[in-house]
Amino acid sequence: MAETILLLDAAAIQRALSRIAHEIAEHNAQSTGVVLVGIQRGGILLAQRLALVLAGIWGHPVPVGALDVSMHRDDLDQRVAPRVQPTLIPFDVTGKTVVLVDDVLFSGRTIRAAMDALNDFGRPTRIQLAVLVDRGHRELPIKADFVGRSVPTARTEQVHVKLSEDTGEDQVVLEKP
Amino acid sequence: MSWTRKHLLDIESLSAEEILTVLDTARAFKAVGERVIKKVPALRGKTVVNLFVEPSTRTRTSFELSEQRLSADIINFTAEASSLKKGETLKDTARNLEALNVDFIVIRHTAAGAPHFLARVLKAHVINAGDGAHEHPTQALLDTFTIREKKGRIQGLKVTILGDILYSRVARSDIWALTKLGAQVTLCGPATLVPRTFERMGCRITYDVEEAIRDADIINLLRIQHERQRKTMFPGINEYTQLFGLNRDRMARTKPDVLIMHPGPINRGVEIESDLADGQRSVILEQVTNGLAVRMAVLFLVNGGKGPQEVAAD
Repeated sequence: MAETILLLDAAAIQRALSRIAHEIAEHNAQSTGVVLVGIQRGGILLAQRLALVLAGIWGHPVPVGALDVSMHRDDLDQRVAPRVQPTLIPFDVTGKTVVLVDDVLFSGRTIRAAMDALNDFGRPTRIQLAVLVDRGHRELPIKADFVGRSVPTARTEQVHVKLSEDTGEDQVVLEKP
Repeated sequence: MSWTRKHLLDIESLSAEEILTVLDTARAFKAVGERVIKKVPALRGKTVVNLFVEPSTRTRTSFELSEQRLSADIINFTAEASSLKKGETLKDTARNLEALNVDFIVIRHTAAGAPHFLARVLKAHVINAGDGAHEHPTQALLDTFTIREKKGRIQGLKVTILGDILYSRVARSDIWALTKLGAQVTLCGPATLVPRTFERMGCRITYDVEEAIRDADIINLLRIQHERQRKTMFPGINEYTQLFGLNRDRMARTKPDVLIMHPGPINRGVEIESDLADGQRSVILEQVTNGLAVRMAVLFLVNGGKGPQEVAAD
């Protein structure tokens, strides 16, 4: 029977996002040059929530895009084809600071694919990375700029980020095999 | 529902869910085609052979561009310029291609079942680009994609396929795909080219064109396949046009939102009046655009498939 441990509850997720938003604001004085791009699927809702907090800090709306990295993965012939989600980037990323947003940072391969995918849309001045949970086990030299919570995990464990828009409740859980 | 098949050989063996997986995936690839940079690295380092033993222009160029947009390397074989003309068997041609370590074979062949044969003897992924009068699966997928995009659904729609059904692989693949997705298919054309045996595939058959198109949501026109007819199966082109051609008068008695489709090439003035082919209700050129997206989706999906028996990884 799988054992499940609660890592973050709704209030902790809200605090983490609020802190990340303030850190993004602190690191990017030129607020009008910042856009958020959520990585399908887990990063989209988080990017939208971060954008709301940032809009409150900066006093202007922050553009949000959605990026699917399926076509840029490096393991496409080693697995069943992933279900491709829409990519919607309704703004020009050239010259912008793009903050990539994802729920869990693990091997880093998704982020590598995301940076490649983003390249097809233009040349951002800078790409930064915000994640709700960093669970370690990096396979590439990739590091997040903004982290909600760092959690030591075993490779065989799973981290699930559940958000109320999808599941009715905000929580991050660690599932042991 | 994930796609686990290694090949795309026909529509007949696919489930409705598998067809919908292709259509959903194609939607994402259509968006790629609308970007400034229309290329993704999904098949980088893979080699695709386009083995077109039967002449084809639009399907071959559509496959070629799809493969290029997925970053694959491409080898083109045509019947005229290949060793098949020198007496080599299909199996030997294919084995030689495999010795070059190709990963995908897209085959068009005059013989029904040729793709299935290759899939049995080779390790590469095989995609059927039309085999004899049997099937043309990517055409059916792009047709259903176009219908779903325009009408928002397939279930419950009335689709009339008009023309040479007997010799048409497009008709067979379309009938499989449409009936699996819940459309009601009506076939119409000269009695010699629309045999009653198609009723067994779940179609309604009528030889009265006005009745066939009156309630239709979609009219899919097929060309008379001169090259596949061994003897004259209908009196003549003029009489065909008079009895079954889509013209202004007949269009006036159809639903106002009916869509006109045609897999091409069109014989203007034969199965369709020239103006109608370019008119408001025609989605013929959108079918061409969608063909690219659907073929990219098929290549993308079979790349991850190991065989029908494989279980999804996640």
